[in-house]
Amino acid sequence: MSYHFEFNWLAQYYPEIVKGIGITLQLILIGAVLGIALGIACAWARALGPAWLKPIVATYVELIRNTPFLIQLFFIFFGLPSLGLQLGELQAANIAMVVNLGAYSCEIIRAGIQSTAKGQFEAGASLAMTPFETFRHVVLVPSLQRIWPALSSQVVIVMLGSSVVSQIAAEDLTFAANFIQSRTFRAFEAYMVSTAIYLILAILLRQALAVIGSFIFPRRAAR
Amino acid sequence: MFANKLLVAAALFVGTLGLASVSHADALSDITARGTLRVAVPQDFPPFGSVGTDMAPMGYDIDMANLIAEKLGVKTELVPVTSANRIPYLQTNKVDLVISSLGKNAEREAVIDFTAAYAPFFNGVFAPADVAVAKVEDLSGKIVGVTRGAVEDLELTKIAPADLTIKRYEDNNGTISAFLSGQVELVATGNVVAAAILAKNPPKRPELKFLIKNSPCYIGLNKNEPALLEKVNAVITAAKTDGTLNGIAQKWLGTDLPADL
Repeated sequence: MSYHFEFNWLAQYYPEIVKGIGITLQLILIGAVLGIALGIACAWARALGPAWLKPIVATYVELIRNTPFLIQLFFIFFGLPSLGLQLGELQAANIAMVVNLGAYSCEIIRAGIQSTAKGQFEAGASLAMTPFETFRHVVLVPSLQRIWPALSSQVVIVMLGSSVVSQIAAEDLTFAANFIQSRTFRAFEAYMVSTAIYLILAILLRQALAVIGSFIFPRRAAR
Repeated sequence: MFANKLLVAAALFVGTLGLASVSHADALSDITARGTLRVAVPQDFPPFGSVGTDMAPMGYDIDMANLIAEKLGVKTELVPVTSANRIPYLQTNKVDLVISSLGKNAEREAVIDFTAAYAPFFNGVFAPADVAVAKVEDLSGKIVGVTRGAVEDLELTKIAPADLTIKRYEDNNGTISAFLSGQVELVATGNVVAAAILAKNPPKRPELKFLIKNSPCYIGLNKNEPALLEKVNAVITAAKTDGTLNGIAQKWLGTDLPADL
């Protein structure tokens, strides 16, 4: 192999990369917090909610989980303006990520809720807790603890999937790599650098989620 | 020793050239005698040249080829070429003319001759009629969509006012969609892309606000063919005057010919 590596462009283009990392982090922070919140609400609705709500949530979950993320993004960015809803590329990207993670995390969290023993609900009721209090204190937290590793993986998947938002001109890390590639024609180096950054971001995100998990669930399940 | 061999080779080569020029003294009389005009046309570059649903070539360049053949009183023989081999086809005398959205530059002018310009080819900033932009300074505070890495991206980035936002899309389809859905008010693109948008009769019609880079298309022919050059130029001039060429521009590009062509 006689390829001659050339990284001089880093000096000129590192502001684009830094900006791109910032946008990617912002997207995943908003996407993860709101997406998991939406997922919890939907999981409650599908597992314990009123009968009329279940088919509505089920339709949303199946619609999102069975269509590509890129198409969802294009639908929001290029399609909704026809209905009079004009969203900027970052708003569109944020909404697409929240909606996407909401559907996937719904199913993960629902699995946790439905694995809760029936006796737990009865214990809550016998302590004079309302159904909501039972859900919040008795069901939800242990459920989240059980599915936390799966949920963390889904958040990382959504972060990596956010690379497609460059298609609607959102200037994330992939946009920076594409931009540098189209200006310097150093495709190998540009994608090498962006790959390394994504890898580091994914590892850091996993670590952060593990730390967050250890704060939310300080007690280990007694088994 | 080597120099001697080189000299002999050069002498032989010059001799062959002499013979070759004897065999076809004048391209125009060759065309008339043959009864066909052989034209190199694109087949993968709409709206200049593409293959229609009936598998026949169609486009601006094909109409132009037929027009010239008609004025010369001969039949057209279309030879599909790619952008890489269109000049070699002419140099090896496989075609009489290259009508293949060919731009003029110094390197090409060294090897072939060019007629007058016959088709507009430029990139610029486009927007609907009600957007008040006439020059690059007017872009201040605006948002322009562009295809990342395209010539117009590089050129606009150089001349843009500091507070212009450039949204860079992955390909022309992204840029077109962003314009049509109202995500960007203006686009910087080629007149061919603007024509492709116009062909779909959109609610927002992209009109040229100002030029970024102008590189009209010329017809290429071999050097030292003054009779053919003069004849083709006369056809082009007549077609510009009597509105035939404007008709072709309307048909394929959706706009009138620019006044300076």
